[in-house]
Amino acid sequence: MRRLPRDDGPQVRVEFEGQPLLAYAGDTVAAALLAGNHWNFRTTPVSGASRGPFCMMGVCFDCLVEIDGVANRQACMIEVRDGMRVKRQLGASDIGIGADLFADGEQETPS
Amino acid sequence: MAGGTHTADVIVIGGGLHGCATALHLARAGLAAVVVEKDRIGRHASSANAGGVRRLGRALPEIPLAVAALAAWHRIRELVDDDCGFVSSCQVKVAETASELRALRQRRDTVLNLGFKHEEIIDQAQLRELVPAIAPHCVGGMVVHGDGHADPFLTVQAFKRRALALGVCILEDAPVEALRRLGGTWRVQSARGVLEAPILVNCAGAWGGHIAALLGEHAPVEAKALMLMITARVKAFVKPVVGAQGRMLSFKQFDNGTVLIGGGHQGRAEPESNRTHLNFDGLAANAASAAALFPALRGVQVVRCWAGIEGEMPDGIPVIGASAAKGAYHAFGFSGHGFALGPIVGRIVADLVVKGDTDLPIGAFHINRFSRPSVGGTV
Amino acid sequence: MKDHYDVVVVGAGPAGMAAATVVAEHGANVLLLDEQSTAGGQIYRAVSRQVLNDENILGRDYYQGRTLVSALQASGAEHVSGATVWQLSPEHEIGVSRDGVARLLSADQVILATGAQERPFPVPGWTLAGVMTAGGAQVLLKSAALAAPDAVFAGTGPLLYLVAHQYRKAGIGIRAILDTTPRANRLRALPHLPAALMNMGALLKGRRWLAELRAAGIPFIRHVEDLKLLGTDALSAVEYRHRDRWQRFDTSRVFLHQGIVPNVNLAMAAGCAHRWSDAQLCWHAVTDAWGETDVPGIAIAGDGVAIHGARAAECLGRIAAYGALHRCARLTARDRDRLAAPQRRTLVQERRSRPFLDAMFRPSRQFRLPDDDATIVCRCEEVPAARVVEAVALGCVGPNQLKAFSRCGMGPCQGRLCGLTISEMIARQRGVPVAEVGALRLRPPVKPLMLAELAALATAPESIPGRD
Repeated sequence: MRRLPRDDGPQVRVEFEGQPLLAYAGDTVAAALLAGNHWNFRTTPVSGASRGPFCMMGVCFDCLVEIDGVANRQACMIEVRDGMRVKRQLGASDIGIGADLFADGEQETPS
Repeated sequence: MAGGTHTADVIVIGGGLHGCATALHLARAGLAAVVVEKDRIGRHASSANAGGVRRLGRALPEIPLAVAALAAWHRIRELVDDDCGFVSSCQVKVAETASELRALRQRRDTVLNLGFKHEEIIDQAQLRELVPAIAPHCVGGMVVHGDGHADPFLTVQAFKRRALALGVCILEDAPVEALRRLGGTWRVQSARGVLEAPILVNCAGAWGGHIAALLGEHAPVEAKALMLMITARVKAFVKPVVGAQGRMLSFKQFDNGTVLIGGGHQGRAEPESNRTHLNFDGLAANAASAAALFPALRGVQVVRCWAGIEGEMPDGIPVIGASAAKGAYHAFGFSGHGFALGPIVGRIVADLVVKGDTDLPIGAFHINRFSRPSVGGTV
Repeated sequence: MKDHYDVVVVGAGPAGMAAATVVAEHGANVLLLDEQSTAGGQIYRAVSRQVLNDENILGRDYYQGRTLVSALQASGAEHVSGATVWQLSPEHEIGVSRDGVARLLSADQVILATGAQERPFPVPGWTLAGVMTAGGAQVLLKSAALAAPDAVFAGTGPLLYLVAHQYRKAGIGIRAILDTTPRANRLRALPHLPAALMNMGALLKGRRWLAELRAAGIPFIRHVEDLKLLGTDALSAVEYRHRDRWQRFDTSRVFLHQGIVPNVNLAMAAGCAHRWSDAQLCWHAVTDAWGETDVPGIAIAGDGVAIHGARAAECLGRIAAYGALHRCARLTARDRDRLAAPQRRTLVQERRSRPFLDAMFRPSRQFRLPDDDATIVCRCEEVPAARVVEAVALGCVGPNQLKAFSRCGMGPCQGRLCGLTISEMIARQRGVPVAEVGALRLRPPVKPLMLAELAALATAPESIPGRD
């Protein structure tokens, strides 16, 4: 991505996947990620396919990322804020209770 | 069929799960059945419900039916050649306080005294083991192993397919306009032609009262819109279907990760136009209940809300049984919990039609309980 | 935000800004709700932020939006940004979310100005990372001064050529333009040309962009017959068929576009009737001369009704505002008619070229209805075309049954990117008109809502306003 000459606004420091990323105030998270040449925002819960932003206007829901621990945020609709921690969303969001607790059991018959 | 008269052995009015299940069982008994449905098969309560398949917490008269139904669900493939998405994930009703747990114990004792052992009480540790994501303040609950849930849409489609395969005739977009008895025959005028048969079954759900009235009977069924909401996909975190003693809540997670939240909060139904209106106060209360019991779920997105049109009886139990009108039968008004009973009620009605009797106790469901001047208890 | 307003306007694009401005100027209580952080909608996105230094890149038409923004600010209308409206009931109960907090409010009159979105473009590989819409590329240009060099632009329609033109003005290299406008459209559009010539300016502008792009030596391939986007984890190439021969460009950026369609989700969820437009191949809200729908007190203005462009949207916004003011008893019928008259005259002028544009850039059937079974139709749930075909063969008669059967439309976008495709696919397979097949039955929330947000509504007192 190329940055064209623009207003000299304040810069904002965010983190993507633990790496620092510099953005302009007023940029959306999606724009900031794209400016950093990150086009792959998430993997889908259905097939694990990689997805990135498509419509940039909040309609397609493909730009979903995790922001400051909250999943399913539309990156194209949220403006960067200093210190924001952005992560790729891998598959379905995780509410924090381990899936390892669910070993497959037998089908139970009525007593 | 336009313009002609269709003759059959049985006319089933209403193509929801109960109508299709009834027609299916009649066909298995060798009878020619025709289902006449005003919209599309499964359009209303049958595909808009929460899919719970339970014995837990059943109204007492329903328990024998629910027990028989669960056995049928565990062999559903034999009946309809489809597993209907049935998962025997068990059902849990959570107690948040000591007094709620006491109430659950009393309930368990009542049911035990009737000869049924399926409802078990669990303590806090056992609850945590079954439902690790449950809020820490919950003190225990009731569990029924063997209960579970199924997919409403898949289920009604499976019953429909099987019924068709057995020769049942299905008419959709065919509201009933008039019906009368001529000699030994019922003559039903529908939007798609005339049907004639010696036997008539009223499976018209929220519209069952209209059909009953055409038969000269009174059944105060009210059209209700029970609201449901579904979330975005979440990694697997809960197996059992969860309810709560102190809240209107029904909570389950599907294989695909989405979580269905319901429990009986009401919107508004417009049965004459097939419309339902959501009530966000109720949805909010429902969401608050879900969040209170599963705090880790607070950040999950609700993607869709809806409400189907269900038929509710004043005493909360359905109308099942023979009509006062000769050759007619009823099976409607399942009051928000008819899905699980689908497989068994179809069998019961077929029994009544073919044998005049059924082995399951259905006296409490008789329509004449609404024609008596003083309304007594139903147990 | 208060609990109740005379008029609530949803969407701060040209129609919404114009409507809210008029309502405020006439002294009524108006609230303008918009999702973006600044007013402008999509067409005037970020116009008041003045991001790009060089105003020649985006062109004069874009900066016209400033006038609307200034007028809005001067009018004193209450404008709340960053607000997502997720519910509008027929009784005018509005559910809105801002900063993670949801609330309910109400209004005597509601004007929806939610504008348009891009038409789905279901070709193989359209879900690959690196594939974006031309509108999306333009948003990046407008709001972040970002551009992707060496992208392939593919599709048809004025916006595609406009963005390419803007890229050129910005000195950003374009790999190629693959124009999918069918050859047959020329003939189809011809009868509408005379009317369009009465709005000459717009047509000439378009022709100039095209001429400049071709003159700039950018490969411009017209009448592309087929398109495939290839890659494993991300886009790596685009294949296209032209004059029966398949060719290929290696690229990791493609901008797709084949027209825009009204954003109907909120209006449909509110119960407003829509009809199928064959001219624009999308759903149009049924409205009267004041933009009012069949739901009393809910009006729609701008591209949210039917696509007519930004200048027409302004006029429709003002007309809807005059209608709403009259229904609020703030304007007599006579004054309302008098004030609306000049808007209607401008509207006629602005709409003149529309039939021509609709015909000229009508997307061909094969780019609307995928032939390739594996092409994803529902992006959210990754449902391929084959599954849709199978479901219809098994008896699904409409999008709602299809949804239950295949999960098409059950994802977070709620049918925005698959709705039109599935309605048309079902209609074609069943051999019936699209109007008979219908649209997905939409319900609130029309944008996903966090459980905690919804739960918090339960504790809000008096959150259900009465309407009497």
